[in-house]
Parts: sequence; structure tokens; C-alpha cells
Amino acid sequence: MLLTVTDLHASYSGIRALAGVSLNVAQGEMVALIGPNGAGKSTLLNCISGIVRPGAGQIRVEEAELVRKPAWAIARMGILQSPEGRQVLPDMSVIENLRVGANALHGRRPTHDIQAVFRLFPILRERQEQLAGSLSGGQQQMLAIGRALMGGPRLLLLDEPSLGLAPVIVQQVFDALAQLRRDGMTILLVEQNARKALQVSDRAYVIEHGHVVAEGPSRRLAQDDGVIAHYLGTGGH
Amino acid sequence: MFLQQIVNGLVIGGVYALFALGFTLIFGIHKIMNLAHGGIFMTGAFIGLYSVQAGLPLWLAFILAMIGAGLVSVIIEVTAFRRLRQSGEVEFSALISSIGANLVLVSIAQMLSKTQVLRFPFDTFPVVIFKVWGLRVSALQLAMAVLAILLVAGLSWYLYRTGFGRQVRAVAQNERAALLAGIRPSVIYFQTFMLSGMLAGAAGVLVGLAFNSIHFMMGDPFLLRGFVVVILGGLGSVAGALVASLGFGVLQTLSVAYLSSRLSDIIIFGLLFAVLLLRPNGLFGQDEAGVLRGRR
Repeated sequence: MLLTVTDLHASYSGIRALAGVSLNVAQGEMVALIGPNGAGKSTLLNCISGIVRPGAGQIRVEEAELVRKPAWAIARMGILQSPEGRQVLPDMSVIENLRVGANALHGRRPTHDIQAVFRLFPILRERQEQLAGSLSGGQQQMLAIGRALMGGPRLLLLDEPSLGLAPVIVQQVFDALAQLRRDGMTILLVEQNARKALQVSDRAYVIEHGHVVAEGPSRRLAQDDGVIAHYLGTGGH
Repeated sequence: MFLQQIVNGLVIGGVYALFALGFTLIFGIHKIMNLAHGGIFMTGAFIGLYSVQAGLPLWLAFILAMIGAGLVSVIIEVTAFRRLRQSGEVEFSALISSIGANLVLVSIAQMLSKTQVLRFPFDTFPVVIFKVWGLRVSALQLAMAVLAILLVAGLSWYLYRTGFGRQVRAVAQNERAALLAGIRPSVIYFQTFMLSGMLAGAAGVLVGLAFNSIHFMMGDPFLLRGFVVVILGGLGSVAGALVASLGFGVLQTLSVAYLSSRLSDIIIFGLLFAVLLLRPNGLFGQDEAGVLRGRR
């Protein structure tokens, strides 16, 4: 297993967000975390990234324990997060944002250079000299993912990449994620759009109130009655 | 000699800029209002003076003053700000602890100087006057202008043309995104406080030479002027601080020359009031943010 999370407990602003979550992600696998707003999905990603300190539990990437490592050191290990809400560097150009992302390499071999990011998100090539703050929401999201890719991810953590985007843009983002998966990138995806997340991923975990309530291959979860009723609407597709 | 006064004002304004840029750098990047900046400036002047008194050449004293003031600035960051940063709510608490740090520096200088006003030895800087197109420019003024230009250009080059500067700007714009990109905050803090202190130290020596007066309280009026310059220019804006400093220098020189030195402060602060009425974010401020800021 590349990532192993064991019995993780965490509170966020005084509220219990994770109450004993265990999960794992194998090399080359794309795993989705779905569940309602406030279920603890983002807190889990932020624990892995070192932004939130868990109350108890272990987070291992291969043999290294991540808990208590500072966020910058975790990023330099290649555990890279594209945060929720398209956190770009607004007064820097697209190119500069991508160069900042390459800081996380810190001597490791890159997986993507700027041209590779542009092939994945061609619109960024057209906007390369533009300030990131002036991009549309979808372009900022693509840039945030591109910035994480520039850091040579061994494990890519994506927090709500479709949040607040128009359907046609959501499709573009998910097409890019499908491409990354085909390229063998290991991805942990937090997503409220459960239908899309289950379509694109290998396996998924359903998190509610800080607990894992269901897990399994995405194709099977997409046909699970409980998951359909709660997250996919009554239609099923 | 209107033109002569403009030249004198620009030279002094350039030195103000060195002081103000260090101040606005820390505010723009870390949101810390470092009220010890005046003390750091004064420390630079003292280091420069004592180095010259110890027989070192002025250029070496100048470099030592910059490095020494830079280190003092870094020590203040570690002792007065770092713990507060880790507890959050740094904006207000740092204001208080920086006042404390300033008191420490001022008290040490007061003891060392026995509250005397000190001067550089006569002819520390050769008194040479050049005449260009009817203007009188002293070698000291020329050196001040050249050094101010070099240091400001160096700062801009560092911030906008190097990978380190890119990391600094990334932290200023979005500290969390910078952290997630593997940028180590303590390294950035070290660099910005070092640079800020070095600029203040350079300004301290140049002001000490220009007014031939060095004393433990010399930082206070500069802190106040630095405030005016930084607010006029827009907090956190490098270009704004530069333009406002030059304008400040010229205005001050003109009001002393043509009106009265006592009116100078009234004019300056009246102008600050007027600018803030019309443009609450300063001349170059972008809605509460500056060139370096824009964090969320």
C-alpha cells in the first residue's frame, strides 16, 4: 500500500470531524471519498497534508509516518494536495503559479513539466501570461491541479475539484483526472459529485459523521441501494 | 533654487524609501506591523558609527551595519514574533511585542551612548561638491542616491526575478497554498526579516551621515514618517512605498525651504489625511491588499 490511514481521529475548530477512519490507497490506484458536506472528507485530506494535526491514529506513506511532520515536509515527499476552493496565487501569472508548484520537488524527479500540464489543460497554455486571479473558476481549478502536478506527486490529493463549476467545465476536469489515472498516477479524490467520482475512480469510501460507512470498488458502490438513495438520487444514473 | 530643493528632497526621499520598504515588506508578506523597525534602523546607525570609531573604513562600516541590523531584525522575528505566529492572531499581539522589542533596542542604545547625541568623526565622508547645470550636489548626496537606487533595484530583482523571491511572494499571496507547495515558512521569514533589517540598517547609516546626528531616539520620527509613506503608498505595495517616499522627501524639503520647518509636519500629516479621505487604500493600494498581498 502506498497510503495507509489507521484509526484516525481529528477535530477541526473544536468539532469532531473524524472518529476512527481507516483507509488505504495502493500504488497507481484512484480512490474516491464521497459523503455529505461536513462528513470529514476535507479534514482527512488536511490531516494527510499536515495542515490539520490528528488527535490520534496513524498515516503512513510506504514506511514513513506522516503524523507530526510539518506540511511543507510532507509536500516535499511528493504528497501533494490541490486544495478546495482553487487556492491559486492571485497576483502571479499562470506560469509563475506552476513554477511555485515545482518547489515541492526539492531534488525529486518531476512527473510533469509545464508543457505536460499544458497538454492536460490546453486552456492554461493560452492564458499562461495572465494573472491567476483573473482566470475563471474552472481555469483556476485546473491551475491548482497543475501546480500540484508540478511538484512530482507520488500521491495526488484532490479536494472537491468540481465545486462550483459549470457542468461542461466539470466534465473537462474529470476528463483530465481520467487521463491522469490512465497514466498511472495515484490519486485520492474527495468529491461531493458522487456520480462523477464513482465513474472515474477504482475504489471508493463513503464517509458520514467522521466514520467510513461503506467501501468497495466504485462500480459496485454505484449500484449499492444505500449509496444510490443518498448520493446518486433515485434515478441511479 | 527650486530645482536644487527638488534634488535635495529626492535624495532624502530615496533614504526614506530604504526605511519604508523594509517596513512595508514585513507588513505585506507577514501582516506584521513591526514597530521595532525604528529601533532596527537606529541600531544600524550605531553599528556604523562604532565601526568607524573603531577605525574601520566607511564602506566596511556600512556593510557591517546592514548585516548587523539584518541579524537584529531576524532575532526579533525569532524572539518576539515566532511564538505568536504559532498561536495565531499575530496581527495585534505582534504590535505589542514589537513595541517591547523596540524598547529593548532603544534602552541598550541609551546606555551605550549615555543619552548623548553622537556624530561621525569629521571628514568620515569627504566634503566634495559637484556643480551640474547650476545645481550643487555633494559627493555624499550622490553616494546616498546611488546606494538607494542600487538597494531598491536589488530588492526588486530579488523579489521579482529570483526563485527565492517567487517563494516570498507566494507566501504573501496565499500562505496555505505556499505551504502545500513545499515552501518552508521559517526560511521565508528569515529572508524577509534579514532583508528588511538590512535596508533599515543602510538607511540608519545614511541618515546618520546626512544629518550628522546619531542618537538612541532617532528611530521614532522615522517610524512615524515610515507609517505615512507606507500608508500613502498602500500597505504592502513596494512601488507605492517608493513613490510616496520620494514625494515625502521633496515635500518636506520644499516646506522647510519655503515655509517653516515647523509647518513641515502639519503639511505632511494634512496630506496624509486628505489622501486617505479620497483614497482610503492609499495611492497604490488595491482594496485592502497591495502588490505583495492578496491573501485570503
